[in-house]
Amino acid sequence: MALLEVRDLKMYYRTLRGHVRAVDSVSFDIERGKALGVAGESGCGKSSMASAVLRLLPSNGEYHGGVITMDGEDILHMPEEAFRQNVRWSKISMVFQGAMNALNPVHRVGEQIVEAILQHEKMSHERAVERAEGLLDLVGINPKRFGEYPHEFSGGMKQRAVIAMSLACHPSLIIADEPTTALDVMVQAQILKAMAELRARLDLSMMLITHDLSVIAQTCDSIAVMYAGKIVEYGSVYDVYGSPVHPYAMGLVESFPNIHAERSAVRSLPGFPPNLLAPPSGCRFHPRCPLADEECMREDPPFRQIGTTGHMAACHKAEIVQQGVDVWAQ
Amino acid sequence: MGAVAAKADKKQFQQGDVIMEVRNLTKYFPVRLSLVQSLRTDNPPVLKAVDDVSFDVYKGEVLGIVGESGCGKTTLARTMLRLTDATSGSVNLEEVNVMGLNPLEMKNLRRKMQVIFQDPYESMNPRMNVQTIISEPLRIQGIARTVHDARDVVTSVLADVEMIPPEEYMSRYPHELSGGQRQRVAVARALALDPDFIVADEPVSMLDVSIRGEVLNLMLNLSREKGVTFVYITHDLATARHICDRIAVMYLGKIVEMGTAEEIIRNPLHPYTTALIGAVFVPDPTHRGISEVLKGEIPSPVHPPAGCHLHPRCPYTMDICKEVEPSFLLYEGTHQAACHKAEKARG
Repeated sequence: MALLEVRDLKMYYRTLRGHVRAVDSVSFDIERGKALGVAGESGCGKSSMASAVLRLLPSNGEYHGGVITMDGEDILHMPEEAFRQNVRWSKISMVFQGAMNALNPVHRVGEQIVEAILQHEKMSHERAVERAEGLLDLVGINPKRFGEYPHEFSGGMKQRAVIAMSLACHPSLIIADEPTTALDVMVQAQILKAMAELRARLDLSMMLITHDLSVIAQTCDSIAVMYAGKIVEYGSVYDVYGSPVHPYAMGLVESFPNIHAERSAVRSLPGFPPNLLAPPSGCRFHPRCPLADEECMREDPPFRQIGTTGHMAACHKAEIVQQGVDVWAQ
Repeated sequence: MGAVAAKADKKQFQQGDVIMEVRNLTKYFPVRLSLVQSLRTDNPPVLKAVDDVSFDVYKGEVLGIVGESGCGKTTLARTMLRLTDATSGSVNLEEVNVMGLNPLEMKNLRRKMQVIFQDPYESMNPRMNVQTIISEPLRIQGIARTVHDARDVVTSVLADVEMIPPEEYMSRYPHELSGGQRQRVAVARALALDPDFIVADEPVSMLDVSIRGEVLNLMLNLSREKGVTFVYITHDLATARHICDRIAVMYLGKIVEMGTAEEIIRNPLHPYTTALIGAVFVPDPTHRGISEVLKGEIPSPVHPPAGCHLHPRCPYTMDICKEVEPSFLLYEGTHQAACHKAEKARG
């Protein structure tokens, strides 16, 4: 049994013009100690999926079905109070997008970590301070800086502090939403390296949400590629990067320039994602897909296994792509 | 306009000629002090955003200027275009000293040099349609009196940026375009005056990766087919490697290494360049390994470290690095670098 199992999860936003199907029937697992990367263009629903797992929906977000279990326990339907006390932050914590701004500027960094600990566990303030200092040390910040304010920290250190906060209650899963997007390349490499070491040391699972496929390639075990609210391809990073079977996943992988490869034109995926208020009929990717035919316009492709175990995709043409057709040849 | 036109007419610049010479370009910003602080000091601190930078730009090339935030790359671009005045040094565009021109001459010279900004959501007036946006430079320069007069030029530049058919896009407003299309309109606007020289400041960093390629390849094609010179300012060494002919790496206001894209990527001489290349993630899970990156972050450019600016973070620091600033020397081919270690290795 996987640590986290999500089945057919649907989360829509209610708007005046109808439902926006931000997360539409997604299923995936995260194994204990493993990392899943969730990739896609902006607006594909990857951040919405993270909020849905943590039950942090905005006021117009609604669940329309699905199951989320953690260690076999249904965490989607348990009462909010029980979820808040026993799951959120203590079992699943989160590192938010733009974490540099997630710290309160008028409180000392260390105290903010102490607050997170005391919210979830009964212990004395002194013990919490001790643990907070230990956490700062763990993420590579000198514990002597416990009493400093966020403006005294550099961007990379703020990000480390936010990671320390997410570890405050010994969670088994961390959801990290674009944790390094606002940081410089060198600092990004430092942070992701630190996170990988922490995961190995603490046997942590991670769900890493990012638009950057090269980050997932370097840090994750498996990947889910999302398009227009659906997972279109899912599998181990070796399968998906090595032999993508969905034209979208293939195009996305190829649009990332590899600095060590021979010089070549940078590829791109023409077109842009659909409006989720009125998604296209059939396969949602068909208006952009070079392989689309009548079947693709008519029928929503089922999410099915292609090739090796655990390599899943939702594409009528997956077998053709699998044979090594260069779908995006210009 | 006299002098500018006369000079430009005199010589037709060919592919590969030096189109721009930057010499000892320096831009300092004053640091705000309190009254008491300013009375106490004779020597008010300055932020050295661009510090004694010299290089040439060749006609028809794509030159990348790469560095982390705060290294001075954007200030360098703005100073080259004289969007901000330099503290000292000179910039010659087609043998005309840009720094010595009066406002009218400057306005005329602006026909030759254009800019593409980072954010396509903020660099366009939301109340103007595409046709009005692209024709604005023509109207400012007095080449077209009305939007209608500029119609032919607008049609042709829209075709140049592959927005086809152009008629379909002309009356659209920015909010009706995707990010990639907006950035193409920005490129089209820069092309409207048929400039020789375009600076693109992080033109794709706000775009989804899936569409970055279209804008970058467009720049590359324009340089190859029309001989337009591009200076591509970016923090992304991976895209620079694929579209640039040459790359300059900046650190704390200085160019620390410069050469062809091939020389820089395959054989970096400066430890900072090596670290920058190592920090770039590869989209391939079979080649893993986040290599050793430099410790810490960029120090404040108000008080840069003495000697070589990199010495507190560099794994190869020698005594000389702490005291003497390394000179920018030519190595093999066109490869230049400022590093004591490289100098010593060469003997």
